[in-house]
Amino acid sequence: MQENMDTAARVNAIIERVGRKPEMLVPVLQAAQEEFKYLPEDVMTLIAEGLGVSAAKVYGVATFYAHFTLEPKGKHVIRCCDGTACHVKGSMAIMDAIRNHLNLAEGQKTTKDGMFSMEIVSCLGACGLAPVMVLDEKVHGQSNDKVALDAIKECIASEEK
Amino acid sequence: MTSKAETLEKIAEAYRSQSAKIQRRVVVCAGTGCIANGSLKVRDAIMKLAADKGLNIVVEINDSIPESAGVQSVYMSRSGCQGFCQQGPLVTIEPDGILYCKVKVEDAEDIVNETLINHKVIDRLLYLDIESQKRFKGQTEIPFYTRQQRTTLDQCGFIDPHDINEYIAEGGYAQARRAYLEMTPKEVCDLVLASGLRGKGGGGFPTGRKWLAAMAEKGPKKYVICNADEGDPGAFMDRSLMEGDPHRVIEGMMIAARGIGADEGYMYVRAEYPLAVERVRKAVADATAAGILGNSIFGTEHSFNIHIMEGAGAFVCGEETALMASIEGNRGMPKPKPPFPAQKGLYGCPTIINNVETLGTVPIVLREGAEGFRKVGTELSPGTKTFALSGNVENTGLIEVPFGTTLRHIVFDIGGGVTDDDNMPTKKMFKSVQIGGPSGACLTEKDLDLPLDFDNLKKIGAMVGSGGLVVMNDQTCMVQIARFFMQFTQNESCGKCVLCREGTKQMLLLMDKIIAGEGTMETIETLEALAGAIQKGSLCALGKTAPNPVLSVLKHFREEMVEHVVNKNCKTHKCKALSPYHIDPTKCRKCGMCAKKCPVQAIRGDRQTAYVIEEEKCIRCGTCKLNCKFGAVEGA
Repeated sequence: MQENMDTAARVNAIIERVGRKPEMLVPVLQAAQEEFKYLPEDVMTLIAEGLGVSAAKVYGVATFYAHFTLEPKGKHVIRCCDGTACHVKGSMAIMDAIRNHLNLAEGQKTTKDGMFSMEIVSCLGACGLAPVMVLDEKVHGQSNDKVALDAIKECIASEEK
Repeated sequence: MTSKAETLEKIAEAYRSQSAKIQRRVVVCAGTGCIANGSLKVRDAIMKLAADKGLNIVVEINDSIPESAGVQSVYMSRSGCQGFCQQGPLVTIEPDGILYCKVKVEDAEDIVNETLINHKVIDRLLYLDIESQKRFKGQTEIPFYTRQQRTTLDQCGFIDPHDINEYIAEGGYAQARRAYLEMTPKEVCDLVLASGLRGKGGGGFPTGRKWLAAMAEKGPKKYVICNADEGDPGAFMDRSLMEGDPHRVIEGMMIAARGIGADEGYMYVRAEYPLAVERVRKAVADATAAGILGNSIFGTEHSFNIHIMEGAGAFVCGEETALMASIEGNRGMPKPKPPFPAQKGLYGCPTIINNVETLGTVPIVLREGAEGFRKVGTELSPGTKTFALSGNVENTGLIEVPFGTTLRHIVFDIGGGVTDDDNMPTKKMFKSVQIGGPSGACLTEKDLDLPLDFDNLKKIGAMVGSGGLVVMNDQTCMVQIARFFMQFTQNESCGKCVLCREGTKQMLLLMDKIIAGEGTMETIETLEALAGAIQKGSLCALGKTAPNPVLSVLKHFREEMVEHVVNKNCKTHKCKALSPYHIDPTKCRKCGMCAKKCPVQAIRGDRQTAYVIEEEKCIRCGTCKLNCKFGAVEGA
């Protein structure tokens, strides 16, 4: 119950900060995802009540935009760019290598231990450095499967310390 | 004139008198590309070492610079994208006119000792032209720059995007002030129309016509929207302009607002561009604090406020009606036109939507006048266009050329030619250039001398689009490229129109069928029929143009497609199912290792003749390739 209260208070604070208007739905969802790391059902319901829109509308908007996730993500997020330039320069090989290394099946986004999520993004706009991979906030340009796997291994090693 | 109108001169004068005290300026590129390559660490290293050596380091031009700053003073500035992303991190040193490329933290010591203290040029850090083995000193010499004509980007990569005062000192906001104080809205719109400026985000619609339509509508509430939802994969011009010269875009929005009589504006920026979001936010805040944006602009009764909205990852929101739906807090789905946004746009009010580059060009149009602006470019496409050059080309980066420039000039003279799959320059491997992203087309060798402008490209079934140019070498499988774009549009279809939603999915499945080796000539016919239906049955440009990449591959590379479906062969070996393993007899040393390791005994031969793989038996496991020490097994 305490936890529920907390969630409600946190959602309320977000709405106060961003703006209590129906048209602020997208920014509110963005802020909520920042806070909760994903959009759980109860949070979406609270947002619907707070902004005075239907829960169906919140769900509709949340599922429309690729940035919103309704499931928790892994602790570390790998974003592989598969824009045209990266694609031409071999992004597929990098993605295959990462999937292999992390034991991710086709379509599976997050590892079983919840450590890594891999997302494919359509373009990061760093085409001059293609192919590009982003691990958490660090951009690895002119990457290849070795660069990508080394970055992931380094991340795992620092976790184990 | 009121005091508020004079502030620009005061700010510019203060900036100039302060910066005159400084002897040197070190500009470290802080665009997304260079930052990813560690440019900010290079900057920190130069700053620290220079300070240790007793140089006077200035990080901000303000009135705290002592008169005695003297000969040993260095202004450590950051810039937006300098364009030459391939060679990053880039460090420019002025007034020496030096551009150092691929600078590492370890080079900081030499830069401080040799260049900043002893005024010497460090040869090894200069740009090296691989073909001629010549080194070039700076932007005024490097062919990549000298063969361009940078107009909208003239300040991008040089001025500090964080510093509104520098923008003003370079003449910034003077055109916005002129529009508000010396011109009527009609004069503003007429000038833009007369200049022939066309929307640089894709369609090429005359900007002035759009503005006049919105001007004619009744107020009082009107909106100006800057479309910064640059979603085309392979395009990053708008990102670079926002990161490198955000005030130029804001000034363009102000002039647009004056033209149509708007008092509120939105910038809708892709969330994938965090640095651009940060810089435009700061720029809007600074311009508001300086009294340039906000109420009673330049002492008039007009006001103009700009809101920044981050996108949430939907490509279709680059379409103007979808973008407005997104700002209103809805799913970003397009609406039928008319009514056009100029009549009934955001919240039902007259609205104009222009893309970043178009708005960034508007202050130049006002500065140069219609005649002056028309001196560059072609009759129907005046001015310049920025392109993002990437893919298998030696010099990747951000470029700007006049409309009417040929692809050959861009790819070979500026881009330095095609590279192979290992990034090495190569003479003959040009295959295609993809222009216009998922709505665009693939151009081939025969299009290399076509002057690029809106109308010429339209004639051959392509489009300028936002300006991404992805160069492809002859190791690229065009069937895979067509499939790549099909997957993109299928993913991004908003789902409103059945033909776009279901049609793109079916087209994708057909492409997969071809790549899996199950395609027939009928598959190609079905693809063409579906493409026609999707073009007819979709509401917005996303759907109408979704089949373009496939159609253009069918048009220009039909043989390659037919080779895939009839002969079941992918010559570039990029489609696994269509590139059977085979042994190159010239490389085979007849050791027999492959035959020994093959789990299904599909390889026969003996120590006298080269080994051969029997295709019918081969299960394509790749074991032979893995075990061949001489690289004789090819395919898959």
